Amino acid sequence: MIDLGVRPHKPTVAAVVRRRVNPRHIPVLATLGLLALMYGVGVVNYPGLSNTQVTLNIFIDNAFLLVVAVGMTFVILTGGIDLSVGAVVALTTLIAATLLKAGWPPAVVLPLLLLIGTTLGLLMGCIIHFFEVQPFIATLAGMFFARGLCFLINEQSIPITNSFWVGAADAEVRIKGFHLSLSALISVAVVLIAAYVLAYTRLGRNVYAIGGSAQSATLMGLPAAKTKIAVYAISGFCSALGGVLLSFYMLSGYSLHAQGMELDAIGAVVIGGTILAGGSGYVVGTLLGVLVYGLIQTLITFDGRLSSWWTRIFIGVLLFLFILLQRAVTRRTKMGQK
Amino acid sequence: MSAVLRNRLFWPVAILVLLIFGNVFFTPTFLSIEVREGHLYGSLIDILRSATPLALVALGMTLVIATGGIDLSVGSVMAISGAVACLWISEQPDQNAVSGVLVAVGLALVLSLLLGAWNGMLVAAVGIQPIIATLILMVAGRGIAQLITDGQIITINSSAYKVIGAGYWLTIPVSVIIVAIVAAITMVITRRSALGLLIESVGGNPSASRLAGIHSGRLTLLVYAFAGLCAGIAGLIYTSNVSSADGNNAGNLVELDAILAVVIGGTSLAGGRFSLVGSVIGALVIKTLDITIYTVGVPTNTTLLFKALVVIALCLAQSPAFRARITGRRPAAHGKEVAA
Repeated sequence: MIDLGVRPHKPTVAAVVRRRVNPRHIPVLATLGLLALMYGVGVVNYPGLSNTQVTLNIFIDNAFLLVVAVGMTFVILTGGIDLSVGAVVALTTLIAATLLKAGWPPAVVLPLLLLIGTTLGLLMGCIIHFFEVQPFIATLAGMFFARGLCFLINEQSIPITNSFWVGAADAEVRIKGFHLSLSALISVAVVLIAAYVLAYTRLGRNVYAIGGSAQSATLMGLPAAKTKIAVYAISGFCSALGGVLLSFYMLSGYSLHAQGMELDAIGAVVIGGTILAGGSGYVVGTLLGVLVYGLIQTLITFDGRLSSWWTRIFIGVLLFLFILLQRAVTRRTKMGQK
Repeated sequence: MSAVLRNRLFWPVAILVLLIFGNVFFTPTFLSIEVREGHLYGSLIDILRSATPLALVALGMTLVIATGGIDLSVGSVMAISGAVACLWISEQPDQNAVSGVLVAVGLALVLSLLLGAWNGMLVAAVGIQPIIATLILMVAGRGIAQLITDGQIITINSSAYKVIGAGYWLTIPVSVIIVAIVAAITMVITRRSALGLLIESVGGNPSASRLAGIHSGRLTLLVYAFAGLCAGIAGLIYTSNVSSADGNNAGNLVELDAILAVVIGGTSLAGGRFSLVGSVIGALVIKTLDITIYTVGVPTNTTLLFKALVVIALCLAQSPAFRARITGRRPAAHGKEVAA
């Protein structure tokens, strides 16, 4: 930092690489590398995995998680956390199923669902900002509230038979014999939009600035209040959209859908290299994190010998390895900068 | 009066008293305690008994939060500890043998301590953020617990093991005695020695306390190990009470209730100050709330909604910014200190 202008005369190869690669990109690149490694090892052991459709299925089966994790990325980038996402997803599926069963037109239900999710997020953001309640506690209350509403509405699973919903669930794009569902396309679109917003818009820059230091951002005159509330509203919107995609996937609304999804989303964001303290991370990393989750599940299905609880153990072990690796990488780049 | 109002324990105690009086209003016999078949019996005793696992977990969580950390893995540690103990006992030829039960309890507690120490090591030595470090064990621990029970529910039939969670000693439930002892020892050690102060200093400013010569790493390791141990004991009480171990559901969501109990008790999530008594009261508030919902006759499907509203009200009541808005005054100086 201080030795501006003082450069070593003969830079080593490592130093050149270090200067070429933005240190902020290293965690994402590490995740990409490990994902490739996992995939490679998987293909060697289970040749069936090399089928492109298997990869596409990972997108199809995790579309809702991806959308939710993107919303979570915004929140975590500001240094906050949103524990309510799983409950909001469940609430969305349940309200969708209930209203559609009552004969409401999808053109009304769909915007209404997104509005409800966004409003819930907005309310939590306001409580966090104006009353200085810690995000962890405020969104925990939001989680209880949304799940509580679910139980109040209906404790049973409600099937969705609406023709638009069923049609959307079956809709898919076919290219050369491979298919990708509408949900997967929507989730990828969400990733692209989020990446654009974070990289090129004022809101995105403010999110990073607040995550870096809320106090400095405020002193610089950035709209800290607006941004902080906005990220929770975005997360609420993404949860509602994720809920819509889950209702396409499941074709039912149930108060116990998406149990523990908040942890999957947080896990995916962390594996994707976003720092929980805020200020550093990318949506692309989150996409990779969700793919890691999906790939683990696919590998375990391919193996067939392992019980479902091995999924949890593997995800735990992988979380551990990824975090260790990230620590090692960030430590080294910090030393390199000295 | 203002001194009473400003006491950190005022709000949690007021809420607890309010809840209990609310219950008396609906069920006049709520406060009555009688001796039946040699042990105490009554709604208040029920609350105490059902609050024991949560109170234990909250005790451990308090010290972790005081260092500015958080432990999400307590539920999984509870499940693992219960599963190990029940598995060991179920494989004994005589399940009632005290020696076998003691070995099972010892195994479970040592394992819980090690799991807690693992969390502490990740936080202190490796330097991982607490929420992520403990998330690892939270996710993997559930899997390990299910691995131990092989995905089944292990049921046991051991009168010796049943004493821990459902037994009575001199008319008092054994589980309540265990919590009282653990709480007393923790309070004496943290408040009669410098340990509590050191823990608070680590939470207040880790680097400053390290520069002041405090082994912040060692202290961090210690509090996570303690949280693991507490969760382990809670797991024993829980499984002993129902005489079975369920790797999937034991201790599910207990981490959230425990964090809530700690916050209700007046411990700041930012670290730097803690109140063990407050956390125990917080656990009692949560369990009283659960029981109130039953006795008042709130339909069970609105339980969670009711809880959410109470949590929101509690958070707002404790928020200096909210109180300032209501009273039209700026928060007091010590309020600002907490926020920073």
